[in-house]
Amino acid sequence: MSNPKTLAFAIMDPPFESARSTTFFRLLEIAAGRGYNLNVFAYEGGVHLSFEQQKAHGNGVHGTDVETEHHPLPKIWVGEIIATAKKNGGAVNWVNCGLCADERGIDKVVEGVRRGGPADFWKLAAASDNSLVIGTR
Amino acid sequence: MKALQIIETAYRGTLEEQDDTIIWLTHSMRDAGAELSVLLTGNAVNYAVKGQDASGLSFGDWKQTNPPRIEAELEKLIGKGVPVYAVRDDIDRRGLGKVAKVTGVQLVARNALAALLEAHDLVWHW
Amino acid sequence: MSSFMLISSRDPFECGDTENFYRLAVDLKTGGSDVTLFLVQNGVLPARDGAENLALRQVVHSGVRVVADEFSLRERAVGRSELADGIAAVSLERVVDALAAGAKTIWH
Repeated sequence: MSNPKTLAFAIMDPPFESARSTTFFRLLEIAAGRGYNLNVFAYEGGVHLSFEQQKAHGNGVHGTDVETEHHPLPKIWVGEIIATAKKNGGAVNWVNCGLCADERGIDKVVEGVRRGGPADFWKLAAASDNSLVIGTR
Repeated sequence: MKALQIIETAYRGTLEEQDDTIIWLTHSMRDAGAELSVLLTGNAVNYAVKGQDASGLSFGDWKQTNPPRIEAELEKLIGKGVPVYAVRDDIDRRGLGKVAKVTGVQLVARNALAALLEAHDLVWHW
Repeated sequence: MSSFMLISSRDPFECGDTENFYRLAVDLKTGGSDVTLFLVQNGVLPARDGAENLALRQVVHSGVRVVADEFSLRERAVGRSELADGIAAVSLERVVDALAAGAKTIWH
């Protein structure tokens, strides 16, 4: 893609708590599919999205085992978004707020996610064509 | 590039974080050279009120020795050249019209927000 | 004047500030901006015809473009034919389009 756009996103929510994190991933999927470059700043609870220790489970209420339940794990979505962007000529620069990760014990994250500081969101936004903040409540 | 930081929810994790996380983030970005303004809306207009005191939290032997000082952080932000606005309508609805406020906080009517948004390149609602 | 993409994710029946966000959309439009109000998540609930949505109807009548995320609608069993007048079901692609076009995009 010639002259791809670069978009910055900030997300504050952990997974499994609100609809916002899912909509956030839907937006990333669309942009990655277009070959856009994505700058992501995961702030506060958002650092949980890429936590490597997320585990799928079966569901007794649904009567499903692990395989049938196919439980969504955002850490996998992060990897898929990175792969989709790459396949379409884009790149994902995913930064977790380091202090936010420390206070939550998020010490293992999936490949492609790096640690940064709070001011990084400004740098990411300044290097992008546009930005969207999805705050928490 | 100038961004408007909108803070709508007050006291969100502030006792655990020892700060409002968006005011703190605004400090960090400002220190890195960002051009920012802050708009307090909803219950976050209470951040502009003088006399907030979050001290005294304790659990067993653990005592909070460094509580959040949001009012002081807001003053420091203004001192760094970050304009801080608060929605006058939200102030009035909460009976804060005549309450002492942090010096330098600029009150803006809700029907003037459109112009404030127009005056910024980016609008970030946290 | 700027273009604005205002994303309304909260149900006005639950969140009092949602109507303030609607009003901001109207004020921006009145000031001459190009404004889209994009309803998503529980923000689509007042889009159903018959819902108590006077404030949202006022947004539609102001000339603000009001659209609703088709996935969020389907998830909540709101059919296209059940949408209030002036509100269209669209893909979330619309938000990415706006970002790419440089619209000031605000999540509420």
